[in-house]
Amino acid sequence: MVLLTMMAVVTIGVVRLRNLFAVVILGGIYSFLMASVMIMLDAVDVAMTEASVGAGISTVLMLGVLHLTKMEEIKPAHTPLLPLFVAVVTAGGLVYGTIDLPPFGDPSGIIHQNVAPYYLQNSITDTSAPNVVTAVLASYRGFDTLGETVVIFTAGIAVLLLLKGRRPLPASGDGKAKSRTRRRRRRK
Amino acid sequence: MDSTIIYTVAAIAILASLGLAVFRALAGPTVFDRALAANAVGNGAIMLLAVVGFLAGRPEFLDIGILYALLNIIATLAVLKFFRYGDLGHAGEEPVD
Repeated sequence: MVLLTMMAVVTIGVVRLRNLFAVVILGGIYSFLMASVMIMLDAVDVAMTEASVGAGISTVLMLGVLHLTKMEEIKPAHTPLLPLFVAVVTAGGLVYGTIDLPPFGDPSGIIHQNVAPYYLQNSITDTSAPNVVTAVLASYRGFDTLGETVVIFTAGIAVLLLLKGRRPLPASGDGKAKSRTRRRRRRK
Repeated sequence: MDSTIIYTVAAIAILASLGLAVFRALAGPTVFDRALAANAVGNGAIMLLAVVGFLAGRPEFLDIGILYALLNIIATLAVLKFFRYGDLGHAGEEPVD
């Protein structure tokens, strides 16, 4: 609860602050708080992913983006009322959806009655994998995992193609390369 | 029983220190305040992880704490390098023109 309050405070800070560098740092802080909440919910693997992706990689990526833009965010030209309304309606729908959920960690919930007992009892004899999560991901839902891997592979290829296409542009001396050197000189 | 009380008190204290670090990150006038606050929040998350691991009777969480520490170091170094050179791909010292 305390952690969630702190996350809300950090979120308001992210919205209010106009210095993008501080916003990036606050995003890292938010990820670490989120990882702590995940640990409280006993989902350590999700917390590990959140910390590595949210606090590690995306902070570095955001800093790389910040290098290409300005440090200060300009004032928005339109009023934030319509986005606020959409967000509040969406959040209300999500909260309404959580009312029907079974209590957290309830072993008699519907989701724990369908196929989970079969997995827990037969995964070693079926797949001889000692970890049940591995058995479910790689064997019982193997096609699902294959599809995810194909999606990630395609995304990786697309990113590589984009980066390769970008490479010759700064060498021909266009505006972006010039502004980069100018900024570096100014910092000196 | 006694150790449970100790761990609970430690968790509350860590939460309080997290709150102080978040306040500093929000209010900090300079970038260094914020970078240090981010590092402190990362450390607080590591300690909270360890304490909760002992509270839940699973001290294997300490391994994940080590991973968090490594991530924290990399993130802080990236932030500071960006602030110093304005570029993450910089090789180190300023080149002599």
